[in-house]
Amino acid sequence: MSKVYIALQDNDESRYIVEAIEEVNEDCTVIHMPAMIRIEREHKLVVVREVVEEKMGRDWDVQELHLNLITLGGNVDEDDDFFTLEWKQ
Amino acid sequence: MAAKKLNIKDKYRLLTRDLDWDFSYEDRKEAFPHEEFEGIKITDWDKWEDPFRLTMDTYWKYQAEKEKKLYAIFDAFSQNNGHLNVSDPRYVNAVKIFLTAVSPLEYQAYQGFAHVGRQCGGVGARVACQMQALDELRHVQTQIHAMSHYNKFFDGMQEFSHQHDRVWYLSVPRSFFTDARSAGPFEYMVAIGFSFEYVLTNLLFVPFMSGAAHNGDMATVTFGFSAQSDEARHMTLGLEVIKFFLEQHEDNLPIVQKWIDKWFWRGTRLLSIVAMMMDYMLPNKVMSWKEAWEVYFEDAGGALFKDLARYGIRMPKYSEVIEKEKEHISHQTWWTFYTHGHAAGFHTWIPSDEELDWLSEKYPDTFDKYYRPLWEMAKEKEAKGERFYTTGLPQLCQTCQIPMLFTEMDNPNQNSMRDTVHNGERYHFCSDGCKDIFEEEPEKYVQAWLPVHQILQGNCGGPEMSDVLGEFYKMNVGADNMDMKGSPDEERWNQWKGKA
Repeated sequence: MSKVYIALQDNDESRYIVEAIEEVNEDCTVIHMPAMIRIEREHKLVVVREVVEEKMGRDWDVQELHLNLITLGGNVDEDDDFFTLEWKQ
Repeated sequence: MAAKKLNIKDKYRLLTRDLDWDFSYEDRKEAFPHEEFEGIKITDWDKWEDPFRLTMDTYWKYQAEKEKKLYAIFDAFSQNNGHLNVSDPRYVNAVKIFLTAVSPLEYQAYQGFAHVGRQCGGVGARVACQMQALDELRHVQTQIHAMSHYNKFFDGMQEFSHQHDRVWYLSVPRSFFTDARSAGPFEYMVAIGFSFEYVLTNLLFVPFMSGAAHNGDMATVTFGFSAQSDEARHMTLGLEVIKFFLEQHEDNLPIVQKWIDKWFWRGTRLLSIVAMMMDYMLPNKVMSWKEAWEVYFEDAGGALFKDLARYGIRMPKYSEVIEKEKEHISHQTWWTFYTHGHAAGFHTWIPSDEELDWLSEKYPDTFDKYYRPLWEMAKEKEAKGERFYTTGLPQLCQTCQIPMLFTEMDNPNQNSMRDTVHNGERYHFCSDGCKDIFEEEPEKYVQAWLPVHQILQGNCGGPEMSDVLGEFYKMNVGADNMDMKGSPDEERWNQWKGKA
């Protein structure tokens, strides 16, 4: 099984996104590096809009992810309510 | 009642697909004349999926927000004399390489995607290429802005655009992109969109930028990550391109595989300069080149190729050579620049004792055995006042244009050289990978503008090194080049810091 990953800029908004990712994706690994946070997980990782909104305490559009995104690995699927990274093998 | 807000999928369909039109009185083939000659068969452009489903209005909204954040930081960096906060003035030489070697590639990428977007018959691909072209144009502009602050205080950045088209080592990145841009639209998308963006740019924009942050360079890390946030979209486009081609027709598989083989090899050669920047030019270390390679090429690339195996795609040719190279190329490249430091537009130096120890630790199987002895010799010579520079001009590889500096990976004491004869002329290569690429399209590569050949033919300012460097390259000889020790950069830094 391969790992998907996402890296975000280390800032106040990402902090909530990372919390939301940790809550939804069991056994994901969070790696802190200078200025960035990398999260990886076997096979699949999901960012759920509702959970991010709950953490941030405001409305959050899934496409706002672009503002803090650094890089990713995996097949992307994005919709109004979620953002998914997945390997299909 | 207020109009219902459209969901992402509907909005994408309306603002992208539904903007296309059919050709009623013009011949479609004449409108898209480059679509067939490469042999790629497209049966249904509507099968193209853009997973981000980004529409132009959303694109402008988020890009504007990114830009505002970025320029606020540039202002703060400049107003607070941010250049004084970098870890060590040697670091700025990595910024010089970035500006002369990489930023002009962003401009070439913009030109490439603008052209390719025009040539795609499908509207989904056309919109995605349009956004990527705009991104690339934004990258070159923001990078020049970010680095213009350093240009006020350090040597070597004043003629980056002029130099990109002429200087011997800058012909490596330049020719990489001109090779891609002079290919057909689909090869360009596999070359830049997939091979380069999906695996290789990560190595430059993620671990190196994290290193820039770790060395106090707020401006560079900010443009780096801001650019890379666009790259995440580009990577997704690149992967989509591959999947789309492979799903369209089985005849596309061998063509795509051939391009992947070519462009991964070309890309790994190009990255040898990034390897050197990671291992030798970041005074505060984040990770070694080898470690970065393992994370971003072997793990991330490995996962990608496992995913693509369902289409019949295999790992790029020469992957086994590439795997061995991670132990060597940064050392071989920095040594070459150190010994040709008189002809480089940035400063070179011997790593400090702590840095040598770090390299020994990070490369236990190779550094002490093959490379540390070279630096110990250089240290002895420097201590005797005999800092040396190689006087000859190196032979270049006909394909990647890199001097013949690489060794055989199974015998690092033996230089790697290959050659082939085409129409009665003999051509030279650094590797089997580069030789294969030439032999596939010799008519293309015999036309290469090889800087050393051009110097010897008298096309570069004159017979003396000072003519080439000063007249033709517009280097400020004696300030831009030579060792860091004794340079005007070092002298100014010591004055700012109140050192003797």
